Amino acid sequence: MKKFEYVLRLADSPLILGQRLCEWCGHGPILEQDIALSNIALDLLGLSRNLFQYAAELKGGNVTEDDLAFTRQEREYQNFLICEQENGHWGKTLLRQFFFDVYQYYFLHALKNSSDERLAAIALKSIKEVTYHMRYSSEWVIRLGDGTTESHGKMLDALEALWPFTGELTQFDELDLEMEKIGVIKNLAQIPSQWTNKVIEILGMATLPIPEKGWMQKGGKSGVHTEAMGFILAEMQYMQRAYPGAKW
Amino acid sequence: MDIKSLQDRFQEKVDAEIKIEPRDWMPDDYRKTLIRQISQHAHSEIVGMLPEGNWITRAPSLRRKLGLLAKVQDEAGHGLYLYSACETLGVERDDLFQQLNSGKAKYSSIFNYPTVTWADIGTVGWLVDGAAIMNQVPLCRCSYGPYARAMVRVCKEESFHQRQGFEILLTLSKGTEDQKAMLQDAVNRWWWPALMMFGPNDADSPHTARSMNWKIKRFTNDELRQKFVDVCVAQAEILNVTLPDPDLKFNEETGHYDFGAIDWDEFWAVVKGNGPCNKQRLVARNKAHDEGAWVREAAIAFAEKKKQREMAVAS
Ligand SMILES: [Fe+2]
Ligand SMILES: [Fe+2]
Ligand SMILES: [Fe+2]
Repeated sequence: MKKFEYVLRLADSPLILGQRLCEWCGHGPILEQDIALSNIALDLLGLSRNLFQYAAELKGGNVTEDDLAFTRQEREYQNFLICEQENGHWGKTLLRQFFFDVYQYYFLHALKNSSDERLAAIALKSIKEVTYHMRYSSEWVIRLGDGTTESHGKMLDALEALWPFTGELTQFDELDLEMEKIGVIKNLAQIPSQWTNKVIEILGMATLPIPEKGWMQKGGKSGVHTEAMGFILAEMQYMQRAYPGAKW
Repeated sequence: MDIKSLQDRFQEKVDAEIKIEPRDWMPDDYRKTLIRQISQHAHSEIVGMLPEGNWITRAPSLRRKLGLLAKVQDEAGHGLYLYSACETLGVERDDLFQQLNSGKAKYSSIFNYPTVTWADIGTVGWLVDGAAIMNQVPLCRCSYGPYARAMVRVCKEESFHQRQGFEILLTLSKGTEDQKAMLQDAVNRWWWPALMMFGPNDADSPHTARSMNWKIKRFTNDELRQKFVDVCVAQAEILNVTLPDPDLKFNEETGHYDFGAIDWDEFWAVVKGNGPCNKQRLVARNKAHDEGAWVREAAIAFAEKKKQREMAVAS
């Protein structure tokens, strides 16, 4: 059942980040970008759905993808804290996206060599998508960081707000290491330096400072979330909670 | 060439079903009519994202969330094609946004109604996208080339939306008592506004004849409305819902369904800004536009810097 827990973990981050991006649909600053961000949300939710389907199969019985996505308790969600942070302005949303995309890009490259064929196949399918996501979010971080004085200032604020949530992306816990031991995930140790190098490169191009490592928040992987999380779940789970057992 | 012969040649082309293209001569009123109609249509797509977007974060399953998000994203795409078609007539998208945000431009009144339950999402797909298709399929043959071509793409996606909406409702119709009640309630609220989507009765629609002569319009409002009613009756039976009209009844003589009188006072009240959500829709559009200003400015500033740098490297 360890693998089941692990697959849920992989599903939760794209679910919660995708849910956040859904809030933008129809409210973006530029019509073309509204469409582009919805595309990313569709990819993230699609990936999480593939993973929840697999998790439901691992669990067996009558459990469905929607039971797993919509009816767990807050403490059972293992997404990174950064995924649940408020959208804020367009720049904050894209910086949050960028930090996650860089992680996800290297993580999925590691996962595609998984000894678990199903996970390897899911990773392979998503690599094309995340490659595009990372390019898109990088471009926006650069454009806004190096845009106007106002946009630069807003990106500094976003960086300050989000940076403490980036540590979690490259910290591995017992479950991660156990999965590595049995080959479900490979070469985790490479990810921290890959992530850091890419982030340094893009923040540099964006004329944004590289923050000190500093104090990092954690808790996502053990299900201790920020206060934002309860509201996301209240909204996301509303129908499943109000009409238990109904089919939609 | 004098105006009269230009006009004659224009009308000959229209009559011969030859498309009018952006560079061709066209009467001023034809251009104005098209700009008004296409921009209203574009605005409708964009404002239409709001009532449906309202449910994306609350959609009841992963599959429904993906389906709804993709649909609302399609509507943004429709807006984009239509603004582009409008730009071929010599207006800028920014000016059109200005007209929308200031409340000067109109958009389809249907989007001033609230989506209050999940069943509304299915009903909007079934009835609102359904009525849109009725209106828009003939526009694929519109005399103005860019509009006609945009509509071909739009209609393909709208019919997918309509089926998706119907399927949401079909699922409810086979569900629990709560779900069936939710379905009937949504149909009760959306039926009449959907019929209003075809616009005033022909007798009160002074521009119809001219638009038909220009082959912008192919059918009158009442003709399209009748077609829609006829199609919906059969579909309502499959869904096991009652359409909220005691006068709805098949007429053996005409071969069509007769239906009750539309409440035109309500229609005009909503058109004039007094619908349940007119104000919220404009507030949301203005908020997105205003809060996005710094993003658009930064994008322009960055593009300019990049160009300067590339020129500096090149020289
Ligand atoms: Fe549309
Ligand atoms: Fe439409
Ligand atoms: Fe549609």
